[in-house]
Amino acid sequence: MKILSSEITPYKTYLNRRKFIKGSLASALLATVSFSAFANHDNDTSIYNKYLSENDKLNSYEEITTYNNFYEFGTHKKHPHLNSGNFNPNPWSIKIDGLVKKPQTFDLEKILSNVTIEDRVYRLRCVEAWSMVIPWQGFQLSELIKMAEPLSSAKYIQFVTVFRPEEMPGQNKRTIIWPYREGLRMDEAMNPLTILATGLYGHEMPNQNGAPIRLVVPWKYGFKSIKSIVEIRFLDKQPETSWETLAPWEYGFYANVNPGVDHPRWSQSTERRIGEFKRRETLMFNGYQEEVAHLYKDLDLKKFY
Amino acid sequence: MFSKKIFDHSKPFIFLLILFPSILWVYQFINGNLGVNPIERIMDEFGLMALRLIILTLVISSIAHIKAFKSITTFRRMIGLFAFYYVSLHFSTYIFLDHFLDLQFIIKDIIKRPFITFGFISFLFLIPLAVTSTNSMVKKLGFNLWKKLHYLIYPAAILSSMHFYMLVRANKSEPAIYMGIIILLLLYRVFKKITPRQLAR
Repeated sequence: MKILSSEITPYKTYLNRRKFIKGSLASALLATVSFSAFANHDNDTSIYNKYLSENDKLNSYEEITTYNNFYEFGTHKKHPHLNSGNFNPNPWSIKIDGLVKKPQTFDLEKILSNVTIEDRVYRLRCVEAWSMVIPWQGFQLSELIKMAEPLSSAKYIQFVTVFRPEEMPGQNKRTIIWPYREGLRMDEAMNPLTILATGLYGHEMPNQNGAPIRLVVPWKYGFKSIKSIVEIRFLDKQPETSWETLAPWEYGFYANVNPGVDHPRWSQSTERRIGEFKRRETLMFNGYQEEVAHLYKDLDLKKFY
Repeated sequence: MFSKKIFDHSKPFIFLLILFPSILWVYQFINGNLGVNPIERIMDEFGLMALRLIILTLVISSIAHIKAFKSITTFRRMIGLFAFYYVSLHFSTYIFLDHFLDLQFIIKDIIKRPFITFGFISFLFLIPLAVTSTNSMVKKLGFNLWKKLHYLIYPAAILSSMHFYMLVRANKSEPAIYMGIIILLLLYRVFKKITPRQLAR
């Protein structure tokens, strides 16, 4: 286990946000020509360097927040950034139901007061063969699972994204059957790498990246890391997930990053790391074999892609 | 109504208009202004422009059936050659920038991925059309053979739009619209051919 308690650091949001406010004022005063809304985020990226793997470099706040998939705001990778301005993630609560001792709804504030927020710098590998390195802040999903008190019969978890077509223009189009749904096996959900992220680069989660709370499962393709979660269901059988429903021959339930199993339409053996010129070799389980390979030792990964 | 002269005079203007995007994108690419994934972006832009120009040549051919617009064919060769220019840029981006001349990977990719196969065949179809685009080539081949050869634009158009359709993940409306236009234009041409002229008018 590489990323564990030894690397837990306090949540830096409050600190960085102060810096951000100061920075904005400063640039507002300096004013005009070269004002960039993103400049402030790059001031102190060095605090994340200690979490970086040897060959990795952090992607910038601008890269992470202007290029991603979040079909609720449109199908182009610039749409989430452009179309998420009207989304209001406050207040927020998460409904817990299914095979639990007592179905209930948690306010996000209550959840956050019960968990430890940590920095987690993870590689994110999109199924479209591009990747980034992102400094998230969040807490282990296992902590919320403990709060939810699932029954022993619960073997899977399903997550559901908020449905607000008036704030999420992409939901007015039938590209995906809304609301977006994803799922994990219980042992995947309990794995220490699996987090619910509430921030990135020390900021509250930007709308376009899944405000206010999203899943991050770094050894799986990005579409598994469901955003803006409003409901978590505990189930005894494998839940339906959005992309698998849409095109089961292309997207499986597991969706583990695997250079040996191609997407039917393109190769998964290499990827373009955003910001780099040459493609990289894609790593098995996105480079997290040590932490997660044991989960799949009895699974035929070619069949259960 | 629209004399050949008007069309001929606007030719240089249209030439620059269609050339301009490629210069802009290359300029933006070099200056890092094409977003965070510039290779993907410039490849998409070149490809989409090529497909739109291919469709434009088909539209011109159909419009030219209307007497008043007959002279519009004067643009067709230029636009067709520009389509080939953009396809070549698109293909070169794929070969050199996207895969860095990793020929082993590229050949496997072309064979294994239907959408890349389609795009590649479409590119191959366009080569003889570009090569035989000069007046002397029309003479050399004879107009009838030349015309037959240039019907290749239809399979090339269909394959390019399929190439686009298949690479999109979920929102397939744009490629579907292009496909629809191509099929309509093709049906129109077929209809024109099999219907006696007197009846068609």
